[in-house]
Amino acid sequence: MYIEITNAGKTFKDGGEELRVLDNINLSIDKGEFICLLGPSGCGKSTLLNAMAGFDMITEGSIKIDGKEVKEPSVKNVTIFQNYGLLPWRTVQKNVELGLEPKKLSKEERAKTAEKYIELVGLSGFKNAHPRRLSGGMQQRVAIARALAVDPDIIFMDEPFGALDAITRMKLQDDILAISKKENKTVIFVTHDIEEAIFLADRIVVMAAHPGRIKSIVDVHLPRYQRERTSDDFLLIRDKVFEIFNMKHIPDIEFVI
Amino acid sequence: MKKLLSLKNIIVSFAIFILIWQVLYMTSDFGDALFPSPLKAWQALVEMVENGYIFINIGTSMYRFAAGYISSVITAVLLGLVLGWFKGIFKYINPVVQLLRPISPMAWMPFIVLWFGIGDVPAIVIIFIAAFFPVLLSTVSAVGNIDPIYLKVAKNFGIKKPEIFWKIVFPAAFPQIANSIHLALGTAWVFLVAGEMVGSQSGLGYLIIDARNNLRADTLLAAIIVIGLIGLILDSLLKLIEGYVMRLWGGADK
Ligand SMILES: Nc1ncnc2c1ncn2[C@@H]1O[C@H](COP(=O)(O)OP(=O)(O)OP(=O)(O)O)[C@@H](O)[C@H]1O
Ligand SMILES: [Mg+2]
Repeated sequence: MYIEITNAGKTFKDGGEELRVLDNINLSIDKGEFICLLGPSGCGKSTLLNAMAGFDMITEGSIKIDGKEVKEPSVKNVTIFQNYGLLPWRTVQKNVELGLEPKKLSKEERAKTAEKYIELVGLSGFKNAHPRRLSGGMQQRVAIARALAVDPDIIFMDEPFGALDAITRMKLQDDILAISKKENKTVIFVTHDIEEAIFLADRIVVMAAHPGRIKSIVDVHLPRYQRERTSDDFLLIRDKVFEIFNMKHIPDIEFVI
Repeated sequence: MKKLLSLKNIIVSFAIFILIWQVLYMTSDFGDALFPSPLKAWQALVEMVENGYIFINIGTSMYRFAAGYISSVITAVLLGLVLGWFKGIFKYINPVVQLLRPISPMAWMPFIVLWFGIGDVPAIVIIFIAAFFPVLLSTVSAVGNIDPIYLKVAKNFGIKKPEIFWKIVFPAAFPQIANSIHLALGTAWVFLVAGEMVGSQSGLGYLIIDARNNLRADTLLAAIIVIGLIGLILDSLLKLIEGYVMRLWGGADK
């Protein structure tokens, strides 16, 4: 297994109070998989993602990537945030070059690599613009280009399209799906939008709160490409996920549809 | 860039100012020796321009101001970036800074003159002190206020010390730092004159003392107005530079 989470738990200590945010998380992820973490607000999706990305460690259990315990962020696993995390004082081009700067590359190679990924996300005409001149959707494309430019193995995304309107959102969903397959990336994608999860994921990890835990894992057996948001199969899976959220005290089972 | 001072506003404002001055002159009974008219002050200014006296003193003052202000701002910003980053160290330095900060730079004057004598150094040191603390403290707080997401991104992409200082920390903190550099300019200019009045035999501040000693109220007023004008020009220049950097870095259009 590529990513191996075993008995992971996290407790925040706030003064004297202890808050159990993640409890007994077990999850294995294959290379190249597209995983969606789905659940209501406060169920610990971001906490789990941050722990996998190395920003904020778990307090129990272990998270291993490629056999190595996660201890700190790495250029091999890039995170894309909901508010994009672009540096407003840099142009699009310079933002995308950021992750290439610590690498031993010539100026020209760096510029060329950045340009290639800016083109991939369809922003060639804006490479000299500053982020504040771009729409939210375009800014998120820049963040995606910046992540891809360092050729990471894993891309972590925390509600990356949460601030976008429905149409821009669907367009970006199409694009991220195509790009992740083309570039053969493993993607861990946090969302609380059920349809987004079904449209994107190979497997949906459904989480529940208090404490944050995995409620169930849904295998999405739909064609990789051209998933129809209105097809019968799609709606069937959606019903299944609704059911998971509505049912009380369901045992942890792996649904296979 | 929005013009804060349009030409029309400037002309009207100065005309009213001179008018009030003239009215006060005519209604008061101080006499020319104590309270010169606008015309007298103008003539004194023309006299100083013609014999070149004013330019020599402006040059001297500008040199001191540039030396004191620029060295102070650079030191304060560099130190502020480091101390803002290493908060643990700053905790031990802050109490002393808070103790020194409220002391008027002029209070150090006796020591400064004793140590360095009369001349360029006292004014430079006074300006340095005047600009230093506001810029230092504001830089420290600007670093503390940086959006954590920039630091997360830097960490994720492997940007390490010391690059992180000029790639992330400084530009992210820049708007707040620029603000304090701007405010410090005014403070420093105020203390330049004070410093020169006590610690030098030349410069705009000394011009005031010299005029007083020669009982030349008209020269005195002319010097005061020149000091105000240069302060205004310096302020506008800095605003231009600030606006340029902000636009270069894609910040707010000011
Ligand atoms: N630094 C922290 N200290 C204390 N509690 C925290 C901290 N970070 C998160 N929590 C708590 O952990 C729980 C899970 O937070 P988390 O942000 O992981 O949820 P989430 O599933 O991402 O929610 P959302 O969908 O709203 O982003 C919440 O109850 C939150 O209050
Ligand atoms: Mg979250």
